[in-house]
Amino acid sequence: MATTLATPQWKRGIANLAYRPEFAVLIGFVAIYMFFLVTSSAVYHSMAGTSTWVDPAAELGIVSIPVGLLMIAGEFDLSVGSVLAGSSMLLAMLYGHFHFNIWLSILACLGLGALTGLLNGLLVTRTKLPSFIVTLGTQLVLTGITLGGSTLITGSSSIDMTATAPVRAIFGSNWNQFNISIIWWIAIAVLGHHVLTNTRMGNWITAIGGDIETANRAGVRTAQVRIGLFIATSVAAALVGIIQTVEYNGSQAANGQSFVFNAIIASVIGGVLLTGGFGTIAGVVLGALTYQVVTQGIYFTGWDTDWSSALIGGLLLVAVLANNGFRKAAIARGVKKGK
Amino acid sequence: MSTVPSLELKNVNKNFVGVSALKDVSLQVFPGQVLCLLGDNGAGKSTLIKVLSGVHQPTSGELLVNGVPHEFAGPHEALRAGIATVHQTGGTVPLMSVGRNFFLGEEPTKGKGVFRRFDRKRAETVALEELRSLGITNVTDGSALVGGMSGGERQALSIARAMYFGAKVLILDEPTAALGVKEAAKVLHLIVKAQMRGVAVVFVTHNVHHALAVGDNFAVLIRGTRADAWSKGERTREQVLDLMAGGEAMGDLEDELRDIRAGVMKV
Repeated sequence: MATTLATPQWKRGIANLAYRPEFAVLIGFVAIYMFFLVTSSAVYHSMAGTSTWVDPAAELGIVSIPVGLLMIAGEFDLSVGSVLAGSSMLLAMLYGHFHFNIWLSILACLGLGALTGLLNGLLVTRTKLPSFIVTLGTQLVLTGITLGGSTLITGSSSIDMTATAPVRAIFGSNWNQFNISIIWWIAIAVLGHHVLTNTRMGNWITAIGGDIETANRAGVRTAQVRIGLFIATSVAAALVGIIQTVEYNGSQAANGQSFVFNAIIASVIGGVLLTGGFGTIAGVVLGALTYQVVTQGIYFTGWDTDWSSALIGGLLLVAVLANNGFRKAAIARGVKKGK
Repeated sequence: MSTVPSLELKNVNKNFVGVSALKDVSLQVFPGQVLCLLGDNGAGKSTLIKVLSGVHQPTSGELLVNGVPHEFAGPHEALRAGIATVHQTGGTVPLMSVGRNFFLGEEPTKGKGVFRRFDRKRAETVALEELRSLGITNVTDGSALVGGMSGGERQALSIARAMYFGAKVLILDEPTAALGVKEAAKVLHLIVKAQMRGVAVVFVTHNVHHALAVGDNFAVLIRGTRADAWSKGERTREQVLDLMAGGEAMGDLEDELRDIRAGVMKV
């Protein structure tokens, strides 16, 4: 293939890097971290301080990766919060209250996730209703069932349990203050990145979010792909439910509600296009880190934490604007190189 | 014509609830020839395309592929029979690369089992080669996003893709309608190139000039019926324009306009 470009490979590599959507997120993350380096107490930058934002970033990140993939495919999932709570409560109830086998209890939690995802996926693809409203519905239904069910069966919306040693090793072990959820996060990120960039499935996901009609005409099984992604988001939420229950020795029915929008916020900060068809896993990973470095950082500055949501909101708006600019640049680049 | 038509409609009717969209339409498209389908908005062109591409099934009448009657359950079956449709809009995903668009749904892979993965390099190389063979030399980066390409280049990508995957019949739905003069000329070049490769082309348009430039055979649809059909050279440009506008209706319109100018418009 004749190449018309005389630029050396490494220079082009750097130029390409600058056009990658996650590059802006990386700059944003570094800038925000520097900001807190200056404004917050030194404790924030110690090992222990770092774990205060990396641990929650890992839990948010585990859910954000499939949520990001689903958003790239053009759909939302707002039910992750209640799936997390439902899974957590189910584990505490089955093992902590009824003393069933812990492995089977964990399997049941993942099954609950898979089932909710399947239900979400079927409802969205069969009814053609917006996933935003469908998953908001399942979110509320499952929240109600979790609260009502736990109180009805155990008489409490808070159940204690202590996991066995092998389960704790897999879902709840710590290295200093760093939680094993970080390992899960990395593994899921690697898998997500592989799927999106290196598999046929990744091509279908992007095409579905970009133009579902074109994807349909090209023979892509648009319903199956989306149902699969809905299952992935719910199973990931169930996994975090398990991790939290093991880590904190019990469950509260109100857990996980912060994930409802945080997973979407992390994806958008990470450069995923709100309307679908564009985004990267590296961006989503950085999005979760950025989100948590801000929310946790406020506590260490000594400022009133009431302001944290204003900061996150501003960050979200800046991210959306920056993403728009980067997308336009990426498209325009195709033209320039073409001439 | 001695050869068997690649695609043929015999006395096709298509009724929707209470409405007859196509009435007794017969058409033939031959390999290496361009059939121009002309008609005003609402003449039934869209319905006809949907019947040809397997989206709709005829209410009565026959559809033959290479002389054999076919019933398509959907567009996928038509595609499998070698009938590819390139729509006026869509067909490509703007935020995806040239290579990824070209192979959407048919992605090449390398490796086996869990190591089986999308062969991005091959996808981009093949896509560029195929575009170049259609005379599109402006696009030199297979990883560039399609959103940066012109309308004509995007049509070229869809056409190149259809031919690469073995289309014997290419249905082009108003490919020049949304394009400027230069871009439209590019698409007309593409039509001739496809024809030269032995593809049977159905070129749907309401632009008489574009049709006359590339067509071998012509058919005009008016209110769901095939009002006229002819081969290259059998009609003058004026005759076609007149027919397109509805002949008598155009005469009436001219009379009416004259009346308005003369200030004697009767209400």
